[in-house]
Amino acid sequence: MKSWRGPPVPVAARPSVGSSGRTSSWRIQKPVVNLKRCTRCRMCWIFCPDVAISFTKRGPAINHDYCKGCGICANECPAKAITMEAL
Amino acid sequence: MREELVEEELFAPGHRACAGCGATLAVRLALKALGKNVIVANATGCVEVISTPYPETAWRVPWIHAAFENAAAVASGVEAALKSLGRRGVKVVAIAGDGGTADIGLQALSGAVERGHDFIYICYDNEAYMNTGIQRSSATPFGAWTTTTPVGRVKRGKDRPKKDVPAIIAAHGAPYVATASVAYPIDLIKKLRKAAATEGPTYIHIHCPCPPGWRFDSDKMIEVARLAVLSGAWILYEIKNGRLNVTIKPPKRRPVSDYLKMQGRFKHLTDAEIAEIQRTVDERCRHLGVG
Repeated sequence: MKSWRGPPVPVAARPSVGSSGRTSSWRIQKPVVNLKRCTRCRMCWIFCPDVAISFTKRGPAINHDYCKGCGICANECPAKAITMEAL
Repeated sequence: MREELVEEELFAPGHRACAGCGATLAVRLALKALGKNVIVANATGCVEVISTPYPETAWRVPWIHAAFENAAAVASGVEAALKSLGRRGVKVVAIAGDGGTADIGLQALSGAVERGHDFIYICYDNEAYMNTGIQRSSATPFGAWTTTTPVGRVKRGKDRPKKDVPAIIAAHGAPYVATASVAYPIDLIKKLRKAAATEGPTYIHIHCPCPPGWRFDSDKMIEVARLAVLSGAWILYEIKNGRLNVTIKPPKRRPVSDYLKMQGRFKHLTDAEIAEIQRTVDERCRHLGVG
């Protein structure tokens, strides 16, 4: 007889990116960055609730797997370097 | 770059929060402020529901799911256990929404603060029970529409004022109590760092706009949060050892109607009702010395 080896799934949850899948599939618009206008102030990065903007030397890089297209980055950009475009 | 803004993200992307969620941004910023050496006790509520679809989680720090009412009690137990094991350098953090704080978890919070546990309590306040479908809480402001404070011929939204939880915790004699807003991330992070450096119970109450619940477009989330502060509807202050200090003073306060008119939950308000809200905001600003 086989002995019971514990539950088939881990008891503690694993920290993971995309815990709810590719959440960018929810969006109806996406942010497009104009790096020429970008002043690298990082406002878009600090205000992103989806942790979908990272910062490179050139400016913001949008993570298009998880950006839900809320539009906060475009609304808060003081240089108007981000526009929301239809998919 | 300012030192407050650390690169490391301890809250992972790909969680199931609504687009433009204020509460999620509050949690992301809080983890930026506190760093890795924390243990989080999270009450039931929006943040718990959106971040932990078992067997996965968006949290890159140790995290415990508490029931709706007992985030502060679980945090108390963890803190006591760490103390008895002689473990130092780990901060215990309880996180709950306004429902889990102002209504259901108030006695657990009051008890934990009274016992003097060394922990931080963060309330993300989106001013109603949002993930169950926008039911009013005691932190819902006066006049706001929710599904349980409907607008019709008899009722005009919520007919009671917002419960002042930071004042209740300050009255316990907690060494550090502060209010914060997601629209002022540097202020928020500084306050959390101060709370982390304080020994004993500390309380941070973060104002977090909710696009579906407050009825506005998701891209306006920060704008709404900022207008709450600029109009004096939400005041950013800290109370350190009983001394009050307003941290963000708007140079010239905007009329509260600017804040209310951005949100569908207030769209039924008449000019007379808005004037009534303006009066209470003015009175509170005078009381706290905002001008």
